[in-house]
Amino acid sequence: MGSLIDAFTPKGKMKSTYVVVIAAIAFAIILLLWSAFTLTGAVDQFFLPPPTDVIKTAISLFTQGDFIKDIGITVFRVMAGFIIAAAVALPLGLMIGTYAPMSAFLEYVVSFVRYLPASAFIPLFILWIGIDEPEKIAVIILGSFPQLILMIATNVRNVPMSMIEVSYTLGTSKADVLWKVILPKALPDIMDTFRTVLGWAWTYVIVAELVGASSGIGFMIIQSQRMMNTANIFVGILSIGFIGMIIDVLFKLCHKKFFFWNN
Amino acid sequence: MQIRDIENTNLGLEVENVTKIYNIKKGNVLALDNVSLHVHPNEFLSLLGTSGCGKSTLLRIICGLEKTTEGRIVNQGKVITGPGADRGMVFQAYNLFPWMTISENIQFGLKQKKASSKEAREIAEHYTNLVGLNGFETQYPNSLSGGMRQRVAIARALANDPSVLLLDEPFGALDMQTRGVMQELLLNIWQKSPKTIIMVTHDVDEAIFLADRVAIMSARPGKIKEILDVKKGLPRPRNYHVKTSQEFIKYKERATDIIREESMKLLNSV
Repeated sequence: MGSLIDAFTPKGKMKSTYVVVIAAIAFAIILLLWSAFTLTGAVDQFFLPPPTDVIKTAISLFTQGDFIKDIGITVFRVMAGFIIAAAVALPLGLMIGTYAPMSAFLEYVVSFVRYLPASAFIPLFILWIGIDEPEKIAVIILGSFPQLILMIATNVRNVPMSMIEVSYTLGTSKADVLWKVILPKALPDIMDTFRTVLGWAWTYVIVAELVGASSGIGFMIIQSQRMMNTANIFVGILSIGFIGMIIDVLFKLCHKKFFFWNN
Repeated sequence: MQIRDIENTNLGLEVENVTKIYNIKKGNVLALDNVSLHVHPNEFLSLLGTSGCGKSTLLRIICGLEKTTEGRIVNQGKVITGPGADRGMVFQAYNLFPWMTISENIQFGLKQKKASSKEAREIAEHYTNLVGLNGFETQYPNSLSGGMRQRVAIARALANDPSVLLLDEPFGALDMQTRGVMQELLLNIWQKSPKTIIMVTHDVDEAIFLADRVAIMSARPGKIKEILDVKKGLPRPRNYHVKTSQEFIKYKERATDIIREESMKLLNSV
């Protein structure tokens, strides 16, 4: 217990068992408040179904019907859009962060595009490419690509100049320094950027699925609204939360495994 | 022709009338004013001066990381146009590659030269032993102390076998005890296998203890104010007892006087 009290000093550290327990308490409090508001009848169950209803609905959605398929298709859309965006943004971000002329050429354009709301492009994309998968993927790319480029460029700029200079004095050429020093040094930060932007990509996919889709978690949510099925909506939203949490944990595990040298 | 070539390789390093002017918003700042200096082959030269006197700028120019406004650097008969593997550099901030093991860090320059991996490993092993880090080859820099990191940085620079080793306040970030140990380590390495070394420092003791000659710079604009030929009074091989000898104290007094005078000038000019 002493170590728990010590953990309350600024930037104090804590045993991992305590971390799990405290995190669980936070979830329990949410569940408790939720139950208190709904089961006592303080809030109309139509607007906010009690946890018990949501759990029942979740079980039936996961055991029967197309919800698993909906999750699958949504995950596919997010990953397809995000991977395409990341594959193009990585080399471009590296170039912008490294070379001033590339930055002058692209950075202002990308900053402008970044503020164009991806969701407002949905009607245009439907006109241009229809309502199939490419349209959903296009929305995710438009939403995540400019963010990725600018954030990767910043990650690259944070590589200390003296580390680049020392590699010159060891015989590295100006062309090689990009992938021999800048990329490996910036990689842990770039992975953090990926983690952050992938989270944003999830909001774009749901928006894209709320408009003109026939499958996916967003589609399930909008269908449930039409049928006044609020419990279904909750299951949809909470599922996204859980998937996001799992992805976050996976990213963190990757970080520990591959970037243990970075602290 | 042949004779000239042989002569050229013995020329050492030449700083020829180097002037450096920085253009900043308020106007031009004269950082180095017509500095000339000859560094003999295998000589250990210390550059000493008050902070802001341009000693680090001079070292960066020799390294090729900065361009001169006027004048040039000639190393072994070749005019310097940019950084290269012939001039190794050790910075105050160790700048090890954190994603590489100690051994990989030391092999980095050799890999750039396309040395075979067997050769690179053997050379790395030699320098790992030389700086006393055997047993740490497979560790990563983040698990080492500051002194150990700087030893890796020195081994990494030496493994590349540069004709000149440049040290920019290499022990400035270390505590007093570690600094003393590192000075002796460097002294022993240099005495075993001499190499041209130019070291920038603001530590008078360190400058005299290690060097053959100590070049003392004036306050801004930087010029070579005086060169103390300390190897005359402090013959090699040296050890730490040198630091308490009469000769050492005489040199220290002279160096301290000049630096104090320059610092006062700077103070009065403001």
